[in-house]
Amino acid sequence: MTITDLAPAAQRDDADQPLYRAAGVTRTYTHKGRIVKALTGVDLEIMPGEFVTIQGPTGGGKSTLLQLLGALDTPSTGSLLLDGRELASASAKELGRIRAEEIGFVFQGFNLIPTLTATENVDMALEPLRLDRAERRTRVAEALVHVGLDDRGDHLPSELSGGQQQRVAIARAIVKRPRVLLADEPTGNLDESMRDEILTLLESLCAEGITIIVVTHDSAVARRATRRLRLTKGVVQDITA
Amino acid sequence: MYGTYLRRELAGRKKQTLIVAIGLAIAIALVIVVNALTAGVRDAQAQALESVYGVGTDLTVTDAATEPGQGERPRFDFDADAGETDGETTTLDQSMLRTDFLRGTLDSSVLDTVAATDGVAAASGALSLTDSTFSGELPSGGFGQQDDQQDGQQGAAPEQGQAPPDGGQGGGSFGVDSFSVLGIDPAATAIGPLASAEVTDGRGFDAGDAEALVALVDSTYATTNEIAVGDTIDVAGSDVEVVGILGSTSDSADTAANVYLPLRTAQSLAGVEDVISTVYVQADSAASIDAVQSALSDALPDATVTSQAELASTVSGSLSRATALITNLGTWLSIIVLAVAVLLSVLLTMSGVGRRTREFGTLKAIGWSNGRVVRQVAGESLVQGLIGGAAGLVLGVLGIVLVNVLKPTVAATGANQGAGPGGMGGGPTGAGGGMFSTTPAADIVLQAPFTPWVLVAAVGLAVLGGLVAGAFGGWRAARLSPSEALRSVA
Repeated sequence: MTITDLAPAAQRDDADQPLYRAAGVTRTYTHKGRIVKALTGVDLEIMPGEFVTIQGPTGGGKSTLLQLLGALDTPSTGSLLLDGRELASASAKELGRIRAEEIGFVFQGFNLIPTLTATENVDMALEPLRLDRAERRTRVAEALVHVGLDDRGDHLPSELSGGQQQRVAIARAIVKRPRVLLADEPTGNLDESMRDEILTLLESLCAEGITIIVVTHDSAVARRATRRLRLTKGVVQDITA
Repeated sequence: MYGTYLRRELAGRKKQTLIVAIGLAIAIALVIVVNALTAGVRDAQAQALESVYGVGTDLTVTDAATEPGQGERPRFDFDADAGETDGETTTLDQSMLRTDFLRGTLDSSVLDTVAATDGVAAASGALSLTDSTFSGELPSGGFGQQDDQQDGQQGAAPEQGQAPPDGGQGGGSFGVDSFSVLGIDPAATAIGPLASAEVTDGRGFDAGDAEALVALVDSTYATTNEIAVGDTIDVAGSDVEVVGILGSTSDSADTAANVYLPLRTAQSLAGVEDVISTVYVQADSAASIDAVQSALSDALPDATVTSQAELASTVSGSLSRATALITNLGTWLSIIVLAVAVLLSVLLTMSGVGRRTREFGTLKAIGWSNGRVVRQVAGESLVQGLIGGAAGLVLGVLGIVLVNVLKPTVAATGANQGAGPGGMGGGPTGAGGGMFSTTPAADIVLQAPFTPWVLVAAVGLAVLGGLVAGAFGGWRAARLSPSEALRSVA
């Protein structure tokens, strides 16, 4: 059994339809009285099952784009569709539901709750889904097995290495059986060997049908992607070739 | 997960949890103790009033207080050949029984007027007196000539408040003793000072004692002066038989006077007409007290009609100071400490939410709703409040137990009951008095009663404090935008 065996999206027949479609997406915000244009007219399509990296210089808008794709934020102008649903005009409640059910997040700093064990951290992601206790236990166990940490479930984050913490974060992201996993510099705080571990894990998840979108500075990470995008001054370029 | 996360967070932030809990605990304990002491001083005041004015007295009627400078001060006068002279020493011994020179008396007919007033259930009268005895030895010739006297005139004993003059050639020594006397109608003891007293030895007054030379003695005074049933005591130079010993029905107060005489006996020994000092009035219901007071004031325009509440304000001494301290300072202090504790809790909770920006941003990013995050924050604050409330409850109860174990004593002095020339050793226990003044006082043991509703309310306050802190913290957490939260720590 794989993590996506029961994922409804993986069984859909519209796998040739874009998972994400962005048209003319801009995002501006005010910072200390100045208007900052993080994204200026992004046009983009991402297909289901792709492994996409987004590269670019610091301040280029990569994290902003990731947050829009992750329904953490909404575009100032333009259209952003996730599986045909318009995120730009979705309510906060709807965006929350989408994040809870369809999107997994992995952060550069792992962002684990330091007072909870690995098992409990993974379980936190299932809290919004209101599953029964048995189902939750099963899913959490599967996720930890999937990332190779089934024997570390009762460890606190402080008792795990950086690579192990990131794997717990990935387990937390995939336990809800999401359609897409978004990662913001997932290997930024890891050494080379741990980086390879994480990237191998992400590739395996992609092979199982999860769409992976990674923001990274690291070319070594980008080389593992099936599609490479570059975001410079708020504009996206496809640099795969 | 809710409980697990809550427990782990509070355990992981022990210092903050401890600070909030201690702050609330101190505030709650203070509220409990202050409330208990407030109830205690109210009880003490009631006891003080009962010991002086008796159980069931709703109103008192007295004559108006004399103006300053008016009222004849008691004085001892000796003839030139007074006392017994033995060689160069003259032994003098004189006692007098006087009414309170600071307040006039009422004609006994006032009692009939009072009893006939609508709303009066019962009334009785009493005559407050002070027996003063001058005794000592002086060189033959007595006090000697004083500045304002002509040659040949004998000196007078010092008036109340005056220092004794020099003893003349050869020196001398004398003392002035006093004790309080209350003339009581033997047929009307159900209301008035004897209503809060009980016979502990011998017998009480009966109808046949109306003009007899018999007395009841306060038990504390009797013990101090080694007086027993069957003994005789000197009252205004007459031998009076002690037929009974009286004790207060309250463990912590004495009766209203040292010695009790039948009213007519007291009037006769004091050399006064058919007068009384105080009428004790019982209204037929609590609701009619004000109306009765008003009616009596109209019927007796020259008298002073005082209610229990007004009487309470006349109780002075350390009890009144304790009352003021507890009800004013104590109440404000507990309000201020509670406000500070809640404010501290709010600030620490909001600060904690600020420090957990990334954590809450992450939770929202993985799908937690605002409501879920707010419930988590509110729950943590509520538990901190409960911990503080429980600790405060324990502290408060310990405080009450400590007060009740220590049994602090406060002195309650009634206003101008039997004041007159007095001296060392006179007056009820604890009065002491100055050389020439005595006001009856009672030593009341201050207790702090347990009041269940106060304990419940105090814990409720702690919970409320936690909820207020949780509301502010939750509001701050709800306002966190996940993208801004994650951006702020990127």
